[in-house]
Amino acid sequence: MYEEIFKKYTPEKENLIYILHEIQDTHPQQYISEEAVEWVAEYLQIEPSHIFGVLTFYTMFSTKPRGKNIIRLCESPPCFLRGSEKMLKRLAQLLKVKAGETTSDGLFTLELCACLGVCGNAPVMMINEDVYGDLTEEKLDKIIASYTGGEK
Amino acid sequence: MKFYRSHILIGIDDSSLAAGVKEIEALLRSELQKNNLSDEINILETGTLGLFGTGVSMTVFPEQVTYVNLTAADVPEIVSEHFLKGRPVTRLALKAPLKKHYDYNYKNRIVLANSGKINPEDIKDYLAAGGYEAWEKALLIMQPGEVVDEVKASGLRGRGGAGFPTGLKWSFTAPIKAEQKLFVINADEGEPGTFKDRLIMEGDPHKLLEGIMIGSYAVGATKAYIYIRGEYKLCIHRLEIAIKDAYEYGLLGNNIFDSGFDLDIYIKIGAGAYVCGEETALIESMEGNRGNPRSKPPFPGVQGAWQLPTVVNNVETIANVPAIITNGSEWYKGYGPDGCSGTKVFTIMGDVNLPGLCEVDMGTSLRTIIDEFGGGVKEGHQFKAALVGGAAGVFLPIERLDVNMDYNSLRNYAAVLGSGAILVMDERADIVDMLYSVIRFFRHESCGKCSPCANGNEMLYKLISKIRKGKGAPEDLYNMDKVAEAMFHSSFCALGQSLVMPIRSAIEHFKADFLKRIN
Amino acid sequence: MKTLAELRMIREKAQEEMKLRESNYLFKVVVGMGTSGIAMGSREVMKAILEEIAQRGIKNVLVTQTGEKGLSSLEPVVDVIEEGKPTITYGNMDIAKARKMVAEHLVNGKVVNEYVVSTENL
Repeated sequence: MYEEIFKKYTPEKENLIYILHEIQDTHPQQYISEEAVEWVAEYLQIEPSHIFGVLTFYTMFSTKPRGKNIIRLCESPPCFLRGSEKMLKRLAQLLKVKAGETTSDGLFTLELCACLGVCGNAPVMMINEDVYGDLTEEKLDKIIASYTGGEK
Repeated sequence: MKFYRSHILIGIDDSSLAAGVKEIEALLRSELQKNNLSDEINILETGTLGLFGTGVSMTVFPEQVTYVNLTAADVPEIVSEHFLKGRPVTRLALKAPLKKHYDYNYKNRIVLANSGKINPEDIKDYLAAGGYEAWEKALLIMQPGEVVDEVKASGLRGRGGAGFPTGLKWSFTAPIKAEQKLFVINADEGEPGTFKDRLIMEGDPHKLLEGIMIGSYAVGATKAYIYIRGEYKLCIHRLEIAIKDAYEYGLLGNNIFDSGFDLDIYIKIGAGAYVCGEETALIESMEGNRGNPRSKPPFPGVQGAWQLPTVVNNVETIANVPAIITNGSEWYKGYGPDGCSGTKVFTIMGDVNLPGLCEVDMGTSLRTIIDEFGGGVKEGHQFKAALVGGAAGVFLPIERLDVNMDYNSLRNYAAVLGSGAILVMDERADIVDMLYSVIRFFRHESCGKCSPCANGNEMLYKLISKIRKGKGAPEDLYNMDKVAEAMFHSSFCALGQSLVMPIRSAIEHFKADFLKRIN
Repeated sequence: MKTLAELRMIREKAQEEMKLRESNYLFKVVVGMGTSGIAMGSREVMKAILEEIAQRGIKNVLVTQTGEKGLSSLEPVVDVIEEGKPTITYGNMDIAKARKMVAEHLVNGKVVNEYVVSTENL
């Protein structure tokens, strides 16, 4: 069932991280299921345990179903100094979830992450592939609203 | 393009027109002409200068002197005093400059010379800026050994953190006879507060490629990889375009320009792990494994990825190489002090007025970087500390502000240049909180391979959390220091070894912050 | 796949084109499109500039993109380059400021001083 993805990569272990990225990015719940691991293990001829090891090592991968939009708020020292904890509080309030959780409507998953390299605009977060900088509570409200279609 | 030494911005709006700005401008032009200054001093009309009720006003750059309420009688005096003799007429000037105009310091840039100027997605822009001339020179005129020697002579040192001499690193791998050697770029920029490599890759991807080509040729590698963190989407996108164009222009591939040399460049994408900045962990990750570091020796230069001789260099390091080949090692040594030649990119953030980045001579003082390029400590606040070198760096107090930012000078203060990140904190910052954030980061990023680091981070996190909650005891400070020291001596890689620096410096210089929470 | 001689020709032509371009066009507008710029809204600024130029039917302006200069807190950053004059760098741009810049600077030839952050010869 992942032929389309497998076709792009030779069955070598060095392509594992690429394949996992692509499986996750194309899954509507942005995660890698146990079933997917079996398929990849079969294709690359490596042990599923190796793949689980890799999956759980890298923070960008998830073994749990996630929301449609992944919010990744940076908590590294530069963002921390500029108020990332306050931003986390606000996001948790807005979305009614804690870090690591998915909203009940499946629209957002709130995650914390390490430095995103946009520290001149701290505090910073990423939603999917877009970066938002110089965050304030008011700005967060607007950004989240833009993903929920404006209703509050 | 003509180069003017000064620019005059004259404000044209209703009130200045009413005050006769046009006549004064004409007079100014004729006075400049009379003194043969027309080619040196440029007059620009602008809208309002943002002043009210100041009649005819103008601002002179780069001095940033603003003259207000000018009359025809003042013009000859300004021309003869200010523009001829270089003495601004203070009697007529505003006391404070209108607004700080920023100098991007392009004249001193090497690795970021094109970033923010050229279109990174158009190879022709890079070519027009003299791009790939160094690659031509290296490939067609120089022997690989000569390239290694030139880089060695330049004194270029690794910009990723450790500061190892680049030419020396190359000289270990160059003589090895192997069927296949690899050249790898460490673009897993994850040190908190660091975004210099991102700017190079986003703003001038071809410069990195040109450096890779020269380096690969020097060590005899015919395959090169750029290992880039998965979060850097825009870098990946622009590098992909750049690599495609380089093939199309014959700069990569087989038998490049009939030299007999082949080279292919591939991108490898990470998936979020700070430890992969360590070169052997990076190699593990490239191979499709967990990014656990390997034991050294064998060093990657001898046995690296897939057991092949592998040279691993940082992005900023390699972005220096084209300019060294074009201009020679002597030219390069003109930048920075002895033993630390070249420029360095510093990222400045935190409680400063203008967070961002600058490229300056190695050895520029911390104070200069913060004041001139970071716009100084936030308006109305005082400097308290700077975390220098990233999370794996050192907290420096105000007494250390005049330290020169180079490998050797920082070592005198048990500090490191690291990645060149400078996180400034003003008096509102609490060092306990900051250290908590640093330790939390390391606890999350420890790979778990060796127990000193895995368990040590856990212990440190418990101790700092306890202190932060006001439940700490005086001996906790001593215990933190001892744990960090044990980690320094026994951890497998630099990740676990580094924590002693932020912890020790925080406690040494900002003990009051800790005692406040303990008592 | 190109030969060395072809590459050199392309380089020379590109160098000439840079000048030619600037004589065909009165202004070159360069929008900073690094991650910081985009995070602070440079895509919207770019769009507003292009729209405003199209709406006004301005023909002598070339709009292009670049990476970051390094001043994150001044993003989005826009350069206006005119042959023989210092580069005017505008900072903290937004859609409204971008539209005003087109009207004042590109149409009327007047620098909008309030938004200028640097006048370096780039």
